[in-house]
Amino acid sequence: MAPAAQPLRSPPEPLPVPAEAGGLSALPGQAPGGDDLELASVSRSGRRRTEALFTAACILALAIPLLALAILFGGALIEALPQLSFGFLIRFPSHQADQAGILPGLAGSAILMLLTAAMAIPLGIGAAIYLEEYARPGRLTRLIELNISNLAGVPSVIYGLLGLELFVRVLALGRSLLAGAATLAMLLLPMVILASREALRTVPLGVREAGFALGADRWRTLRQVVLPMCLPGMLTGVILSLARAIGETAPLIAIGALAYVGFLPESLLDGFTALPVQIFTWVMRPQAAFRANASAAIVVLMLLMLLFNASAIWLRARLQRRYNW
Amino acid sequence: MAKDDLRPQPDPASAPDKMRAENLRAWFGDHQALKGVTLGIPEKQVTAVIGPSGCGKSTFVRCLNRMHEVVPGARAQGTVLLDGRDIYAPAVDPVRVRRRVGMVFQKPNPFPTMTIRENVLAGLRLNGLKVQDEDALVEKALRQAALWDEVKGALGRSGVSLSGGQQQRLCIARCLALEPEVLLMDEPCSALDPIATAKVEELIRELSEQYTVVIVTHNMQQAARVSDRTAFFYLGELVEFAPTDRLFTGPSDPRTEDYITGRFG
Repeated sequence: MAPAAQPLRSPPEPLPVPAEAGGLSALPGQAPGGDDLELASVSRSGRRRTEALFTAACILALAIPLLALAILFGGALIEALPQLSFGFLIRFPSHQADQAGILPGLAGSAILMLLTAAMAIPLGIGAAIYLEEYARPGRLTRLIELNISNLAGVPSVIYGLLGLELFVRVLALGRSLLAGAATLAMLLLPMVILASREALRTVPLGVREAGFALGADRWRTLRQVVLPMCLPGMLTGVILSLARAIGETAPLIAIGALAYVGFLPESLLDGFTALPVQIFTWVMRPQAAFRANASAAIVVLMLLMLLFNASAIWLRARLQRRYNW
Repeated sequence: MAKDDLRPQPDPASAPDKMRAENLRAWFGDHQALKGVTLGIPEKQVTAVIGPSGCGKSTFVRCLNRMHEVVPGARAQGTVLLDGRDIYAPAVDPVRVRRRVGMVFQKPNPFPTMTIRENVLAGLRLNGLKVQDEDALVEKALRQAALWDEVKGALGRSGVSLSGGQQQRLCIARCLALEPEVLLMDEPCSALDPIATAKVEELIRELSEQYTVVIVTHNMQQAARVSDRTAFFYLGELVEFAPTDRLFTGPSDPRTEDYITGRFG
């Protein structure tokens, strides 16, 4: 106590006053001793040029992928037009290109999505909540977090091989819808976890503290305060991951999705095909007519993905408006 | 120092202690933020805690309802008595402590996904408690927080649609709905404009008729205006604790005098 008192009693030291000329030239970005005004005007026109150049580069960077997308989609659409009809959606595949349809692929993809979502969403959100709210920060937690981030970047075909061994063979699910969905769920899990954690982090600490200070435990604060606040962000992330999964081909081929399916699955243990697998099969055919089928299926798949993304945006906007924050 | 006397002054020395800290120490990781503070908080009075930034004043009040330990890496040691019972005893559930010792934060933090009405009832919902007449409770808490007349026609509006000062009073109402015995306020006016500040200060004086209030502030005029007793903290230690009038007119410690005359801080 006593030693702390001494420095306080001493009169405040005068602030070091910079020399008048030195004070100005000490500003960053100005050469010492030079004519300040002229230097500034020269560097300003230079800055403007850099600014314009950078803006142009950014527009170009945006235009190139958009153009590429437009060409790809436009090409597919032109090729697909003769094949695109309602009948195409509800017919089974056939060895005659003009008789073929994508019903099994559509049904397979729809069931796969539902199953995958049912597996990946609760597990992913649960894991995110644990890591973000409950896990004690430490080496183990850091290791788990690092691994999840890495898993999100693993090529999807690797998940296919893992699914083939684990679900198809060891767990003896066969080349079934269930095995396919479980494989896709594994692929999605890291993405769902990362997106959910990101959403949980947007909730300010003050709001959680308010919950605790009212005598709420962690779980009640989470359920009644934190989760409602981050729901829009969480849902968006989850739907975008699902939209990615709907287009995945490699893992499904790896676990042995069927190339030709002349029936609709009756149980979860039936063999299946999915839209991207159907596209892949048709693209491999030599005949031009099948390539048109592939294009038509691509257009359908693209529209489905757009629908997913649009619903994500709509849902977020709706929830955010309701909660007004 | 001129004191704005709006209500009868109880003799600060005669009130019994509602809470009492004994040799309270607190850490953030390796940094010791409180170095053995012993301080009694008189019942149904306003106790102000002042001191420069980083002096441990916020840490001190956060130890009074066990909110300090919510921050990762933070811990506290020592004794804090609430009606003679140590809230740091091993058997004590911090959740129960917080229900009796409410807290209002520096930044107004109404729950953004809830309406004004839901915000007032949030304390009950978060504790899984039920009440017979919710409407009556909402009105009572909002009246106590001097907010009722401004929001009675708009209870279904979002809590964050209010102005900053109204939000802070909503947070006070949310606290009062749980009927706590002690109200801790951590710089409750620092995010508010002068008019909103005046309203909250007036409210604090009214509340002290029913509640024991502890207010952290870096505004010495505020401490002088609202409090019965003032504690001056410096570098994690309690330097001086005295009736507010005496602390501001005749401080006994030279460091207190330096601080209140604006020589540092």
